[in-house]
Amino acid sequence: MSAERAAAAPAPRRLSELARWEALIFLLIVGTMVLGSGLSDEFLTGDNFSFTSADMAEIALMALPLTLIVITAEIDLSVASILGLSSALMGELWVAGWPIEAIIPFCLLVGAVCGAFNAVLITRVGLPSLAVTIGTLTMYRGFALVVLGDAAVADFPESYTRYGFENVPGTIIPYPVALFGVLAIVFAVVLHKTKFGREIYAIGANQEAAFFSGVRVKRIKEILFVVSGIVAALAGVIMTLRLASARADYGTGFELTVVAAVVLGGVSIFGGKGSIVGVILALFLLGGIRSALTLGQISQEWVTIVTGALLIAAVLGPNLVQRAREARAHSRDRGRSARSGSLEHRPREKRGTDE
Amino acid sequence: MSQPAEAVAAPAPQQSERSRRDFLNAVVRVRELGLIVALALLITITAIAEPRFVEAASLRDLVRNATIIALLAVGQTLVLVTRNLDLSVGSVLGLSAFMAGDLFQNNPDLPIPLVFALGILLGAAAGVINGALVTFGRLPALVATLGTLYVFRGLAFVWTGGSQVNAETLPDSFLSIGTSTILGVPTIALFTVVALVIVGYALRNYRAGRELYAIGSNPQAARLAGIRTDRRVMAAFVASGALAGLAGVLFTARYGTVDATAGTGYELQVIAAAVIGGVAIFGGSGSVWGAALGAVLLTTITSALIVLKVPAFWQQAVVGALLLAAIALDRFIAVRVAERLRQRSTRTTAAAQARNGGER
Repeated sequence: MSAERAAAAPAPRRLSELARWEALIFLLIVGTMVLGSGLSDEFLTGDNFSFTSADMAEIALMALPLTLIVITAEIDLSVASILGLSSALMGELWVAGWPIEAIIPFCLLVGAVCGAFNAVLITRVGLPSLAVTIGTLTMYRGFALVVLGDAAVADFPESYTRYGFENVPGTIIPYPVALFGVLAIVFAVVLHKTKFGREIYAIGANQEAAFFSGVRVKRIKEILFVVSGIVAALAGVIMTLRLASARADYGTGFELTVVAAVVLGGVSIFGGKGSIVGVILALFLLGGIRSALTLGQISQEWVTIVTGALLIAAVLGPNLVQRAREARAHSRDRGRSARSGSLEHRPREKRGTDE
Repeated sequence: MSQPAEAVAAPAPQQSERSRRDFLNAVVRVRELGLIVALALLITITAIAEPRFVEAASLRDLVRNATIIALLAVGQTLVLVTRNLDLSVGSVLGLSAFMAGDLFQNNPDLPIPLVFALGILLGAAAGVINGALVTFGRLPALVATLGTLYVFRGLAFVWTGGSQVNAETLPDSFLSIGTSTILGVPTIALFTVVALVIVGYALRNYRAGRELYAIGSNPQAARLAGIRTDRRVMAAFVASGALAGLAGVLFTARYGTVDATAGTGYELQVIAAAVIGGVAIFGGSGSVWGAALGAVLLTTITSALIVLKVPAFWQQAVVGALLLAAIALDRFIAVRVAERLRQRSTRTTAAAQARNGGER
């Protein structure tokens, strides 16, 4: 089997499935828009977009590389801790008198090293990424605390922090969101239009088949984890600038929010399926819900509940439809085999979920 | 995937398999032995630096601190063994903890066993939801329990409405569960020990328990072998939920002050404890003993670092490094075991061929 076939075989089904998924999320966004504007006049305003989108920027950024990682059927839970480590380093180095121009590349470098460490444990030592990144989640957060403790560094100059929250001149798009937009295009092109992207899908669809088709499975995963580390560190820099303060505990618990956004975006947690567009739509949806409920004076708790329920419903819905369809096909099969006098019938189902 | 997983669970009763199973059992036991040695070493070193660390009172505190995570780790092991995952335990604990506090606040005369029963029931109900999503809804466990993590936590927030249960409003007889001892053992730890013994025994000796391993080793094979996988997986989630519910009530008894954030972030700590205890994250192997020991080791490290005057900020980094070391060690053992098994099976095949006079 060639690499192209491995990648292309499930394509038609995947495409239609995805389109349906994205349409569903899009409908939900429209619903949220209607609901939001009903709840508050301020919902559909530029200011609200600027505010909400800037608030989501870090999660959105980290969701991009995570999408690629999840498509290869791996996971990276350490991103939020890398974000915290990056922020802590930024604070500490600023206090030590480093110029921002040197701090930011250094933070990104540390992010890359963190990602590389994950990658080595996963690809070379052969450990499951879920376990590894739960470990490094704890360890990197620990490093962040070692670097900065529970202190906060807040004397960053205006000339830098304004890039954290101000809009690109003449638009309603804050700088971090503009950066996200650029990166989203890059990730989308890489994932959907290049050989590298197709190989990512091939790995997720069937890692062994991909390997025997000449896909450099380990190398690709390594690249993805390093990129994930860099982007997470970048998110840490942005969060520090946006809030004009560096802290070691930034982003605690974000890892699961990012995973939720990716899954809601239609990426299969077992790999092989998903698109950047879906994840972007999911991020819009989450931001929209958050903003609508906040403006509608509905308590924040409901954001949590709605997020969780949506996550479940979004995956559960299609599964139930599938299940019903299978049940119908099954009873038809049985009817047919009974007529033809054969007692055997096909093994019940193809789960596709547990491997 | 993890080699020992498949091997340990393979319930092959033929004679040739027997020695293999003994050997693997030994490896699993070594893991628990290793944990005990590590724990003893840690306590000894800490005691040399600070003798008060091994005084009865502080040892009891150690045990109390480990109790709740260990209890959750027992439930988590049941789910992990089936190649699933329960991320919602922290949220279930939060719900149950607040419920217990709320019940006592409003009716202080409530019998304590009733509150325990309600907490366990609440947890079991949460487990039914998780289990139904995973088995009937065919959701990946990670997605389903990530969703319920949010939903249950949100419900806890809505329920508490920002309020808090304070220790002063709780009956003393209830709070004493968190502080009293029976024959020198903290009462609260007895709950965990009982759960541990029951689950540990069932998992090892009952058919249903063995089937959990079979499911985790190879879900499809288990199904084809006639195991009712859905029912077993559901049972594992319900048990995990029920234990989280119990842990919630104990949380309230121990800390007295409870709000909606109780148990936030426990889910990953619990999984970490289980993994340190040798439970494979992709199912099929591990024991509740190991998981509970993992929890004790994790909490003891934290206490030891405090006693050793290691800055508090280093604790997380050390715990994370230890976790990675534990996973790497598992992998190392797995590779070695697989190699040994392969050699052995080639040898037996060769011997069998020799016996058969070289036919085939």
